[in-house]
Amino acid sequence: MPQPKECRLLSVSSILGYGFPEASLEAGLEREPHYIGVDGGSTDPGAYYLGSGECLNSRKAMKRDLRLMLLGGVPRKIPIVIGTCGGAGSEPHLQEVVQIAREIARADGLKFRMALIHADQERSAVQTWLNDGRISALRNVPELTEAIVARSTKIVAMMGAEPFMRALDGGADVVFAARASDAASWAACAMRMGMPPAPSWYAGKMLECGTATATPKGHDCLMGTVRQGHVEVEPMNRARRCTPLSVATHGLHENASPTLHEEPGGLLDATDCEFTPVSDRAVQVSGMRWKTRPYDVKLEGAEFIGYRAITICGTRDPLLISQIDSYLQSVRDDVAARASNFGVSPEKYHLVFHVYGKDGVMGAAEPVKQFASHELGIVVEVLCPEEEDAKAVLAIARVVIPKIDFPGRLCKSGNMAFPFSPSDISVGPTYKFSVFHVVKTDDPYAMFPIEYEQVQ
Amino acid sequence: MAKLRDIAKVCKSKNAGPFEVTIDVMFETKEIYDKVVASGVFNEQLFARLYGVDAKDVLYTPYPAALALKGTIPRRISSGDVGDTDVYGAQQHAPLLDVEIPL
Repeated sequence: MPQPKECRLLSVSSILGYGFPEASLEAGLEREPHYIGVDGGSTDPGAYYLGSGECLNSRKAMKRDLRLMLLGGVPRKIPIVIGTCGGAGSEPHLQEVVQIAREIARADGLKFRMALIHADQERSAVQTWLNDGRISALRNVPELTEAIVARSTKIVAMMGAEPFMRALDGGADVVFAARASDAASWAACAMRMGMPPAPSWYAGKMLECGTATATPKGHDCLMGTVRQGHVEVEPMNRARRCTPLSVATHGLHENASPTLHEEPGGLLDATDCEFTPVSDRAVQVSGMRWKTRPYDVKLEGAEFIGYRAITICGTRDPLLISQIDSYLQSVRDDVAARASNFGVSPEKYHLVFHVYGKDGVMGAAEPVKQFASHELGIVVEVLCPEEEDAKAVLAIARVVIPKIDFPGRLCKSGNMAFPFSPSDISVGPTYKFSVFHVVKTDDPYAMFPIEYEQVQ
Repeated sequence: MAKLRDIAKVCKSKNAGPFEVTIDVMFETKEIYDKVVASGVFNEQLFARLYGVDAKDVLYTPYPAALALKGTIPRRISSGDVGDTDVYGAQQHAPLLDVEIPL
C-alpha cells in the first residue's frame, strides 16, 4: 500500500463540552479528515475535579459535542479520538463520557467499536516506583514522599501516543482515553499514517486547543494537515484566520517554555520553527525537531485538604479600612478563643481573609502596599478536616467580624455589609495537587490498559 | 524611558501547570521588540525581583517568532491550595506594567 502523502486531523474544539458551531464541523467534514478528535481536559481548573471525580463540563454540553462528532464520524468511517475524558481523565470521568456515548448510540442508532484507555494508578504501585528511585519532581515542584503518595486521593498517569496507536490498531472506531498528554492523541493518528514524530507532535500542540491558534481565538474547529516535513493549520470557520503570528503565539499558551515541549518519550523543539502563510487563512509551520529521550510518564495526584466554608462581606468604613490588618488580627484571635470553646482549636482549621481592594488578587506577592480603596471586599475562608467544624468556625467568624470593636469605631451596629442571607456558604470537599512528577518506564503501555466494547 | 504598559500589545499571565505561573509580554512590531530585548531590562532577575522569587527558579525565554518575552515563575502557593488567590494564575501580570524601559 502506498504511503499516504498527508494526514488530515480535525479538532472540533478546545475541550469536549466547550462547544463549536455545527457549520464548522460540516466544513471540516467536507475536507475528508482522516481523524476527528478533541481534547477532554486540563489541570488548569484545579485539583478538585481529579480529587472528586466530578466532570469539568456539564453532561448536557459534553453530550451535545460528542453527539455531533459521532454523527459526523461514525457513518463516514472516520475514527474519533478523545483524550483526557471528562476534565481530569480519571476513571469516573472516563466512565461518564463513555456512558454518554452509549446513550447517544442507542438514541441515534449508531454502531461502533470503542476503546477505553484507563489511566488510574494504584497508590501502592506509585510507592514502589518511588522506592525504586524511578520518580523525579518537575521544576518548582516539591520532591515526592511516601507520605504524600499515601495522602493522595487519586493518582493518574498521563499517556503518550502509543496507547492510542494500539487502540486504533485494535480496530477501535472511537477511542476514549483517560488522562493523556494533550498532543498525544493527534500525534498518534499522524504517526500511525507514517508521518514523522516532529510534525505529528507539533500538530498535536496546535490542535489540542481548537482555534486558540487563530484570530479571533475561540472554541471552534481547526484542521491540521501533517506532511513529512511540516504542518498546516486552518480554522474551519470563515470568521477566523490563522496568521503566522497567531500560530506562533499559541506556543506561549500555558507552557513554561514557548519552544521546548516535553512529551512522553521525547522532546519537541520548536526553536527553529518557521511560520509561512499558505493562504489568507492557513499557515504552514516547518523546522520543528523531535529528540527521542528515555521514556517517562507524568503522574498527577490530588490530595484532600479539607472542607471549605466561606462568607462574603464588605466594609465602607474609612476608620476600619485604615487599620484593616490589626482589625483582622483581632478577629482571628477572637474566633480562635470562641471556636476553642466549642472544641475546635486553631490548629484544627485554616482561616484565610481574602481582602479585595488590598491584596485579594496577588496575596503576599502584591507589591502595592499603600492602597486608597474607599471600600474593601472580604471573602472569609475556613478549611477544616471535618465539614461540621468548617461550618461552625465560619459561622462564628461571621458573628465576630461585624461585631468586634476597634479603636475609634463609630459604626457601632455592624462593621461589615453582607450581601446575602444566608451568608454562610458551604463549598464542600476541596483538593490540591499533591503529585506532579514523572516516572521512568520502559513500557509505554503497561500503565494504560485498553478494553474494547461494541456499542449499538 | 517608556513604561511597558505603553509599548506592549499584550501582557498576560496564566498557569503553566499548578506549580508555576507563566507571564507573556508581546509587542506590535519587531522594532519595539528588538529595542526591548536590547535594553537588557528583561531577564531572570527582573522576574525574580518583581515577584519575590529566586532567579534560579525563573525560566526566561525571548520568543522572536511571536515578538514575545516569556517568564515562568514558581507559585508561592500551588493552584487551589490553602491561601491561593488565583486558581488559573490569570491576574499576576500587573507588576510588569510599570517596568521602565529605556528606548
